[in-house]
Amino acid sequence: MLYIKCPYCGFRAQKEFSYGGDATVKRPNINEEVSSEDWDNFVYMRKSPRGKHIELWQHIAGCRQWIKVQRDTATHEIFQTAKVTEEIR
Amino acid sequence: MQKYSVFSLIKNAFSNHQNWEVAWKDPTPKSEYDVVIIGGGGHGLATAYYLAKEHNIRNVAIIEKGWIGGGNVGRNTTIIRSNFMYDANARFNEFGMDLWRNLSQELNFNVMFSPRGILNLAHSDAQMNAYARRGNSMRLNGIDAKLLDRDEVKKLIPMADFSDEVRFPIFGGLMQPSAGTARHDAVAWGYARQADDMGVDIIQHCEVTGFDVVNGKIKGIRTSRGDIKAKKVGLCVAGSTNILAEKLNMTLPIETHVLQACVSEPVKPLLDGVVTFGAGHFYISQSDKGEMVMGGDLDGYNSYAQRGNLPTIQHVLTGGLALFPFLSRLKMLRTWGGIMDMSMDGSPIIDKTHIEGLYLNCGWCYGGFKSTPVSGWTFAHTIAQDQVHELNSELRLNRFSTGHLLDEKGLGTKTWIG
Repeated sequence: MLYIKCPYCGFRAQKEFSYGGDATVKRPNINEEVSSEDWDNFVYMRKSPRGKHIELWQHIAGCRQWIKVQRDTATHEIFQTAKVTEEIR
Repeated sequence: MQKYSVFSLIKNAFSNHQNWEVAWKDPTPKSEYDVVIIGGGGHGLATAYYLAKEHNIRNVAIIEKGWIGGGNVGRNTTIIRSNFMYDANARFNEFGMDLWRNLSQELNFNVMFSPRGILNLAHSDAQMNAYARRGNSMRLNGIDAKLLDRDEVKKLIPMADFSDEVRFPIFGGLMQPSAGTARHDAVAWGYARQADDMGVDIIQHCEVTGFDVVNGKIKGIRTSRGDIKAKKVGLCVAGSTNILAEKLNMTLPIETHVLQACVSEPVKPLLDGVVTFGAGHFYISQSDKGEMVMGGDLDGYNSYAQRGNLPTIQHVLTGGLALFPFLSRLKMLRTWGGIMDMSMDGSPIIDKTHIEGLYLNCGWCYGGFKSTPVSGWTFAHTIAQDQVHELNSELRLNRFSTGHLLDEKGLGTKTWIG
């Protein structure tokens, strides 16, 4: 079982969290013309790397905050977690 | 090639089965091929087989990082079906059903295709209506479908929970009687043996490390066993699709996830076909050895580990217990995981790419095994003719940008929405 450190609540079991996908995907700016290619990239295209991956999780059965997690997709090791407004380097 | 039959079995019994021919050779890679198929799983082997058989292209190599049958073709739950609503998926998979029906004879290898039916259970009036609609669509495409009421379902699976207190009562179900299961290893071995016999080189333990692309045209691949020139290259690598796409500077509408399955200890025959729970993601069948073969949800996060975590198994089996309470008294024999190339709409991609001579076969999500023959057949056509066949004409890569999605059941990578 993954053991995820919520920046608000501390270490909690995976079962309390819900996955939200790649955190590095940026939505095209609101109120600007969006090309269909940009929209396609935002909605569908994913790198899905093998190795370090920065992703969103929601502490759905806890504080309900969205958080960022840096995790290895091959070993499932978690390196770092952060609030969604913070950057992971 | 030595033909497998009862006579060859008797003949070899006299020499204690020590003198059987090897089923496929272990060749050293040549420096150049007409077609290189990357990935020696079911789809890659089938593609090479149909390239040789249907298109007479025999200077073909299959490059496999591990060994034949060690990936998802040996990790799936062996279900074969064509109970799709959308025309593109229904026609594609029903063509595949025809290939399955004759596959043992064609390959001279018993793949143990056993069409005992698949029953999708409904647990509300709305779900019954949706199944009636799907069943009608299937019948319009020439696929057998039967809508069963509660009593008819009870005759088929009397051991399911039909009590009054149950949270998700069984209202009925949609049956495809011609669906079934097959022995997955035999499918890989059967295709490998026939492809090898027609001159295909099956190169195992050879990892692709890069590609040679010159002026937008594929020239060859780089591997752990040297460079190989190729006029055409087909990618058939399921859960490794994103890794190879990165080497090609391509981004795909694919996320890689881990999917688990499990089997119980073997018990006497009690379940005839495949049954799926309609109020959660759980499906079950009984293997010929008597084990209950079960599966369900993805673990739900990007993963390249061929193993998952216990919470998902517990979650899937909670659904299983709600449907079949008797499962609580069975011991679990083993669980395992495989990595899935989850496309964003839940349907596969068999297409050309923007690189000339490079072809893509991916996005199989939960159900690549059932499409093994038809995937190989259409992919071989796409490679040989350099154009998609009518059967995979809607399984294109550009359908995401044009909006022509095949979102059959709302399944895809985003399991947290479904």
